[in-house]
Amino acid sequence: MWWERWRIAVMLAPTLLIIVVLFFGSLGYGFIQSLGYQPNIGNYSISLDAYSTVMFSERYSEQFWRGLRLTFFVSLASTAIAAGLAIACALLLRQTFVGKRVATFLFQLNLPVPHLVIAIGIIFLFSNSGLLARAAAQMGWISAPSDFPVLVRDTEGISIILAYLWKEIPFFGIIVLAILQSVGEDYEDLARSLGANGWQRFRYVILPLIMPGLLSSSIIVFAFTFGTYEVPKLLGVRFPEMLPVMALEFFLNPDLNARAEGMALSMIIAVIVLALVVVYMWISDRAIRQT
Amino acid sequence: MSRVKRILFYAAVVGVVLALVLPIITFFINAFAFRWFYPQFVPNEWSLQAWERIGLIPREGQRTLEGWWRLLSSGSDVINALGTSLALGGLVTVLSVIIGLPAARALGLYRFRFKRLVEFMILAPTIVPVIAFVLGLNINFIRWGFSGTLLGVAVVHLVPVMPYVVLTLSGVFANYNPEFEEQARTLGAGPLRTFWYITLPSIFPGLVVAALFAFLVSWSQYLLTFLIGAGRVITIPMLLFAQASGGNNAVTAAMSLIFIAPAVLTLLLSARYLSGEASAVGGFGRI
Repeated sequence: MWWERWRIAVMLAPTLLIIVVLFFGSLGYGFIQSLGYQPNIGNYSISLDAYSTVMFSERYSEQFWRGLRLTFFVSLASTAIAAGLAIACALLLRQTFVGKRVATFLFQLNLPVPHLVIAIGIIFLFSNSGLLARAAAQMGWISAPSDFPVLVRDTEGISIILAYLWKEIPFFGIIVLAILQSVGEDYEDLARSLGANGWQRFRYVILPLIMPGLLSSSIIVFAFTFGTYEVPKLLGVRFPEMLPVMALEFFLNPDLNARAEGMALSMIIAVIVLALVVVYMWISDRAIRQT
Repeated sequence: MSRVKRILFYAAVVGVVLALVLPIITFFINAFAFRWFYPQFVPNEWSLQAWERIGLIPREGQRTLEGWWRLLSSGSDVINALGTSLALGGLVTVLSVIIGLPAARALGLYRFRFKRLVEFMILAPTIVPVIAFVLGLNINFIRWGFSGTLLGVAVVHLVPVMPYVVLTLSGVFANYNPEFEEQARTLGAGPLRTFWYITLPSIFPGLVVAALFAFLVSWSQYLLTFLIGAGRVITIPMLLFAQASGGNNAVTAAMSLIFIAPAVLTLLLSARYLSGEASAVGGFGRI
């Protein structure tokens, strides 16, 4: 009935208004500004200058490409290592043992802790006067703080990856645990009775079961690590600098022309993340059709 | 399992768990340490100095009822920021539930054209990073005169919050039978009474989870508050960020503990419920 349809539209309207105006509207407005359209400083023409300045100008190109490479490296490494270690943790924690509830609770403790706080914890832990450096000194492995390897504010993004690992291992781990719990152990028992060894049961029974959940959560983690500002800002260096930090620095530059460049960078981040989601949806669609 | 295997298993579990909680342990050490010089592993002396410095505990000798009262009413930076963070989180929670409840009902109960598109649009902010839309938003909010106000920041927090509220609540409505409402209506209850006595009790557990998420996601926002708040809305993460990028370790640690307290409390209260809820876990992923 016609009024039924209108009722649904009215129910959806407030939420959609927020999302369309504030989220999609801002994305669109950011895109227009990245094309150089800035009426408040009297710029009405449209061009791709900001993109070419950021990507190819002598001044910024090295900073951009090195930053892009670092961002990709950090996101890929964090996602892959966290997923791998989380599977191992989930396989440990799904056993029955004394203290399982306490262990599971402590395992997910970092889940609701904001990324910003974990980043600070990584500094306290891994800096060269941090807890691990002190432990090494007590053991007599190092004699001065400067002997401890530079893990925080390093040029390779190691501390950034560490922060993401501490945060995302519980995230992946809980998802894998939930899948394993809901599936039960019947398939594994069946495989065992057919003579499959431990590795075969993992490779041909467990892995295919957890793969869909693991892949979709990997997309979430990759997209998140690709676009977060706080963690690389606290744990990163000026060069090479991860893209979100670079984007905000352009944007906050007192020179209003640099705004377009900041917008261009944020658009590049959005496009890369969205491209990834599209590829993922295409792959998962194909996988569903094949089975 | 053999005995050796058993011991190895426990060693692995303890190792994993200890490694994961180590950053949080460092906060406790740093926040209560006094003159913790390198290379001491454990501080020789402990103190509440950091907590006195941020104005949450009165100085020694003033820890009387009057001293506490004077401290709380003095309005130190941290106490003001705590107030702002709590008010903001509360406002965002109320707004997001009121706005999201009808949408969640529509998505959970009905099939309609463009449903997939609507779901996709509502979920989009969970995958697109804040940095991608906040810059465009910032300029418009300054133009509309919305930036720098608590309400403006609360409205902007709705963008990352709405997907989780709608997702959690639409899951509740997917298992909800609206015929009970019709029965109440035929028995003469008005829409308000129907909502209060029929709808609300049956969706209440889901509503609590959605509200907790809304609060936590808002509580942990840094970048959105920083840019839209324009330096006038100061929350705990903003003080913490400033302190962490070049302040005192003990003070940073004390602030961190305050910052994570609501989140850990929530986990403590809802641990059992969350472990089976993938969509709820997704909310934590973005914090």
